[in-house]
Amino acid sequence: MKFQLIGVNHKTAPVEVRERLAIPESRLPEALKHLAAHPGVNEGIILSTCNRVEVLAQTKNGAVDLRAFLRDYFQLNPSDYEPHLYEYREGDAVRHLFRVASSLDSMVVGEPQILGQVKEAYATARAVGAVHSQLDLLLTRAFAVAKRVRTETAVGSSAVSVASVAVELAKKIFGSLQGKHVYLVGAGKMSELAARHLIAHGAESIFVANRTYDRAQQLAARFEGQAILFEQLYETCDRADIVITSTGAPHAIFRREHGELFLARRKNRPMFFIDIAVPRDVDPEMNRLDGIFVYDIDDLQQAVTSHVADRRKEAERAEAIITGEVERFQVRLQTLDVVPTIVSLQDHLETIRQAEIDRVRGRLGPLSPEQELAVEALTRGIISKIMHTPISTLKTAVREAEATTVVDVVRRLFDLHDKSPQEKRLQSRRKDDKKAAQSGGGESGAER
Amino acid sequence: MDCAAGCPSYSSALATVQTIITPDGPELVPVRDLSLIMPILWLRVALGCYTVGLLYALLALTRTSALLSRVALPAMSLGMVFQFVALTEAVLISGQLTLTSVHNSESLLALVVMAAFMIVYFVYRTTSPGIVVFPLVFVLTYVAATTQQPFLEVSPGMRRGWLFVHIAMIFIGYAALFLSFAASLLYLLQERSLKSKKPAAIMLRLPALEVIDQIGYRSLLLGFPFMTLGLIAGSMIAQATYGRLDLLDPKIFLSLLMWAVYMVMVFIRWNAGWRGRRAAYLATGAMIAAIIAWSANYYSTIHRFVQS
Repeated sequence: MKFQLIGVNHKTAPVEVRERLAIPESRLPEALKHLAAHPGVNEGIILSTCNRVEVLAQTKNGAVDLRAFLRDYFQLNPSDYEPHLYEYREGDAVRHLFRVASSLDSMVVGEPQILGQVKEAYATARAVGAVHSQLDLLLTRAFAVAKRVRTETAVGSSAVSVASVAVELAKKIFGSLQGKHVYLVGAGKMSELAARHLIAHGAESIFVANRTYDRAQQLAARFEGQAILFEQLYETCDRADIVITSTGAPHAIFRREHGELFLARRKNRPMFFIDIAVPRDVDPEMNRLDGIFVYDIDDLQQAVTSHVADRRKEAERAEAIITGEVERFQVRLQTLDVVPTIVSLQDHLETIRQAEIDRVRGRLGPLSPEQELAVEALTRGIISKIMHTPISTLKTAVREAEATTVVDVVRRLFDLHDKSPQEKRLQSRRKDDKKAAQSGGGESGAER
Repeated sequence: MDCAAGCPSYSSALATVQTIITPDGPELVPVRDLSLIMPILWLRVALGCYTVGLLYALLALTRTSALLSRVALPAMSLGMVFQFVALTEAVLISGQLTLTSVHNSESLLALVVMAAFMIVYFVYRTTSPGIVVFPLVFVLTYVAATTQQPFLEVSPGMRRGWLFVHIAMIFIGYAALFLSFAASLLYLLQERSLKSKKPAAIMLRLPALEVIDQIGYRSLLLGFPFMTLGLIAGSMIAQATYGRLDLLDPKIFLSLLMWAVYMVMVFIRWNAGWRGRRAAYLATGAMIAAIIAWSANYYSTIHRFVQS
């Protein structure tokens, strides 16, 4: 299999570390090319969300130094982030990917966004050609697993995204959200989602401020809200009870003095800042002011622990599904390892058989059709009798997870290396999965 | 006065003596009538019920006890019933509505505070103020049920109607003030739990910050007119009884001071929207003023509890 995964997530790294490792969408293709060019890496995919940065690679020997890739690519001081890294290999890497895609590893277990984010990462990696054969197979499977978890357990149905956790916190502060005003600073997908949740729970009006005014207007129109020029942010912000920030600003845009100003104008009525931006938009100092509550994305995670507990049982069922799926996937990959070997073994013997028949035909003289058939049957019979045991050994080896060794031995014994197993796999996968006409072996070589 | 014939009170050791108020002062005589000790018996049963609430309040801050939270409210309600019975019986025995017939003012105050708590419960469906209210109710009832009971001396010629209004209003005012104080403490708790971002178990049960603030502000606002009316009634009585208002009397002076603190507090909260820590300071200030005004009963010459 040779899968390797390295990364940080919301559990292992604080937001300060994650925001430094985050790769914006625009720079992802370049990063993927960098990864694919890393020695020993066959395929690679990078998932970068506000909660995690993960690099998954299919490598030649399964022991490529991916830390070296991170050092190369980020050019950061490794001691800043290396203590927060986790690494998985083989089955563990597969399991981790499945868990991530199924939202079991999410900050808010069961939130639906992550699957979309994995799909986007997959699409980007495919587009630049960093994913083609084995990883393609793995990710397709991961999506299927995520779907299974969603339909077969309640993990997804009780899914609370970060947004709905924010709603609950808002309710802890304001009681009812009726008549509360929401201010979106930055017009991202996440803030849109949060706003939708807040409105669904009774929040009244929405203001949108964004660097690009057009975008603010678009978003405001969707909520029948009001777009506000970014320059007027500080003058208008005190009208909001709940402020959701998600700008890409490199520095905090709300600082303590702003908070003091807002409170004075609001006669100390409380304000709730939800900071889902990485890097953060709200200075943590703001949280020290009486009546201002600031939750950044890390804090939301803590606030959500209780939800996780509620759903522990469902999560356990989901984990069981994933364990089963990891095993199935491993078996499948190894079957794919075995099938081409069996096919080429059969091809090989068939060639020998044909050659031998052709050779002795001259000496036998003209044969009657019955004799012809008898010779055919005899030679085929011998081959299939001899081949019976090796083939069944190959097939059972799959289940005992020693396929690679057995396949290697068989290939070595019969000198089968006309086609690379990877190409065969690609072909058989295409036969299996897509039932589409296969292309020649040369193409996958070109894809590399 | 009517009371002179035998206005009973009940002492700690389950009333082996009773106090008779004579025009010359209190006089201890042995209790002969069992019915006279019934009220204190009921009061002690009520105290038993309130113990559950006390436990609930003490444990609420450290851990969640499902059993206690389920039992606390029924137990406290039962306690109220017993306390009410105790007070009613005392009134029936003496045949008077005013505190002279009530063996202990603390007991009545506890009942009024509990009633205020119940009103909050029915409006907001939260028992959280109990964390602060229950211990006070327990302490008040404990004092009433176990100590020698002082009670208000009724001067001859005092207008009983006004006295009743005075007592009722002032007590409602006290209860509202205390509830507001309780709410401001809860506000601090909830605020801290939200700020710490590690929501402890308690956060799940405390009402929303704005709701707590509303409870505190509303009880403060509601309590103010009662307190004002109570003080007006009190000064009317004093004027009628003594012909003048002695502003230098500790009770009158401290009561007016408390009223002033109360008014300033209402004004600041209304005007500047103080809440949280600063509102808690205000509430604490008003509470201290109220406690001082209350304790002045023991020093005032015109507004006295008779020590038995």
